[in-house]
Amino acid sequence: MALALAEPAAGEAPGIVRLSDIRFAWPGKGAFSLAVKDFALPARQRILLVGPSGSGKSTFLSLLCGILAPQSGRIEILGRDLTKLGAAARDACRAEHFGIIFQMFNLLPYGSVIDNVLLPLSFAPSRRRRATAGGPAADEAGRLLARLGLEPSLLHSHSAANLSVGQQQRVAAARALIGSPEIVVADEPTSALDRDRQGAFLDLLFAETGAAGAALIMVSHDETLAPRFDRVLRLADIAQSSRPERGAA
Amino acid sequence: MIVLRLAVQSLLNRWVTALLTIATIAASVVLLLGVEEVRTGARQSFADTISGTDLIVGARSGSLNLLLYSVFRIGNATNNVTWETYRDIARRPEVAWIVPLSLGDSHHGFRVLGTAPDYFAHYKYRQTRGLAFRAGAPFSDLFDAVVGADVAARLGYKVGDAIVLSHGLGAVSFLEHDDKPFRVSGILEKTGTPVDRTVHVSLAAIEAIHVDWQSGARIPGQSVSADDVRKMDLTPKAVTAALVGLKSKLAAFRLQRAINEYRAEPLSAILPGAALQELWELVGTAETALKVVSAMVVATAILGMLTMILSTLNERRREMAILRSVGARPRTVLGLLMAEAGVLTAAGVVLGVLLLYAALLLARPYVDATYGLNLAIGPLKPEAWATLGAIVLAGCAAGLLPALRAYRLSLADGMTVRT
Repeated sequence: MALALAEPAAGEAPGIVRLSDIRFAWPGKGAFSLAVKDFALPARQRILLVGPSGSGKSTFLSLLCGILAPQSGRIEILGRDLTKLGAAARDACRAEHFGIIFQMFNLLPYGSVIDNVLLPLSFAPSRRRRATAGGPAADEAGRLLARLGLEPSLLHSHSAANLSVGQQQRVAAARALIGSPEIVVADEPTSALDRDRQGAFLDLLFAETGAAGAALIMVSHDETLAPRFDRVLRLADIAQSSRPERGAA
Repeated sequence: MIVLRLAVQSLLNRWVTALLTIATIAASVVLLLGVEEVRTGARQSFADTISGTDLIVGARSGSLNLLLYSVFRIGNATNNVTWETYRDIARRPEVAWIVPLSLGDSHHGFRVLGTAPDYFAHYKYRQTRGLAFRAGAPFSDLFDAVVGADVAARLGYKVGDAIVLSHGLGAVSFLEHDDKPFRVSGILEKTGTPVDRTVHVSLAAIEAIHVDWQSGARIPGQSVSADDVRKMDLTPKAVTAALVGLKSKLAAFRLQRAINEYRAEPLSAILPGAALQELWELVGTAETALKVVSAMVVATAILGMLTMILSTLNERRREMAILRSVGARPRTVLGLLMAEAGVLTAAGVVLGVLLLYAALLLARPYVDATYGLNLAIGPLKPEAWATLGAIVLAGCAAGLLPALRAYRLSLADGMTVRT
């Protein structure tokens, strides 16, 4: 059972991501706050993070990706302490090491499919180098999209807005995977898909993160997906939140 | 590269509003530059009304007044210059030519100018252009009249038509010189100057029609017929003003002083250019007001662009969140929005300049023919470049407002995609 793998022995795997003693509060009196005692993500591990709406998943992911800075604590990404970096360096770190897939509407609707996939490379020189190692980046994007099962005829379609939701999510996955970032963060990527497509999408996502050697953190409220992950975490297990998070996530 | 391309595509995606914004800015630029063009054109046309004349001499009055009534047919002379004085000035060695002007009568609202045939040779406008006859010839008979292009067009005159002059300057006059009708001997080409709106007769004719008049009315019982008047001595007693050409322009100031200090009667001599300068100072306030109004139109256009960008901002929060998620810095988001404002303004400015030149090319012949306004088509002047640069800068600065708002939104939204 996958859950058996839950807790790696202390000190055994330091993890490519480690959050410790995090305290974060949104500005304003009585606003939502979140505290994370300790969270580690080993390389290549697939984690499912479950929690009800408003439990702070979105804030947690924002902290993890360096969009938000905690008031105290350490966030280590591949050994670097994010909290010691400036906002610009955090943004650069996110660009280099994270691939992010949202729930839906992942794409810039007016951009072409290829441009949407290649977008992160503009902000991440190392990922660009990896993506262009075997030829032009557009070829790599094409290969990735082909493996994700997108018809070749759609690759150069002018506008990403013409794609179906399932196709859009596959393009979003290609964008998250291009240039092989170490961590893929997916925020309920399958919630807009029907059950058959959910399974197919997860298969593709697992295959490609596996091929790229990336760790995967997926947030979902759907616990039936649990058996397919290395580890399942409840947000309440790793974080204490003050009250319902603003907005929905 | 991709980011810029996507930003352009984002803009193209909203092409209707973008185009309207550009059009608004372009229209305001056309107005701003157009006002300036018309202003310089009007100045030039005013300045071009009289060329080649070195001095204008009249009874003592303000130089502006003298210029306005002698050249532009606006206002009235305060007094006349006696014929003796006129002859005296004509005899001075510096004087190359002198042309008398005698004003005071009218014809259907157009001023009548009594002058010498030399007038048609010496009157110049637009630097070197002289008066040309579209039909007929200068007056040869006592009761010949040469009419300007506008007079002929408005009243439908052709050579040989009989016309009656009116005493005084009213458009409708009850005091007609109907006992001494004139014959149209020539029609002048259009010049775009007050000459077009003038009826020219000889100085002797002015004398002849007033032979039996005194103090603005006929002397009762002393009617002199048109035939009888031909036998009389028609040497004028006075003229209203005179145009003077000098052998050397260097003598202008010396002669001006001599005339201003003339003992026999109080006179004024003016340099047309200097008097025009005085006119510009007078109308400067109105020109500034025009400029302020056009600047306000530009400001309105920029505000419109601001509204457009701000109103799309909420729809674009998703776009910003996606950009942030792939590692774009808030500063990049800010830069993109400012660049959008800059690109829209710059496009508006370029389109505006193109439209202006197109309008100038199309309207130029018509405006010249109708209003006598010679609009110059040349490269943009340095001031125009500076103005356009300032508009683009103002557009970018205006873009800062939505950009800062997007910056704050993207910081607050974090990883959440809001739609």
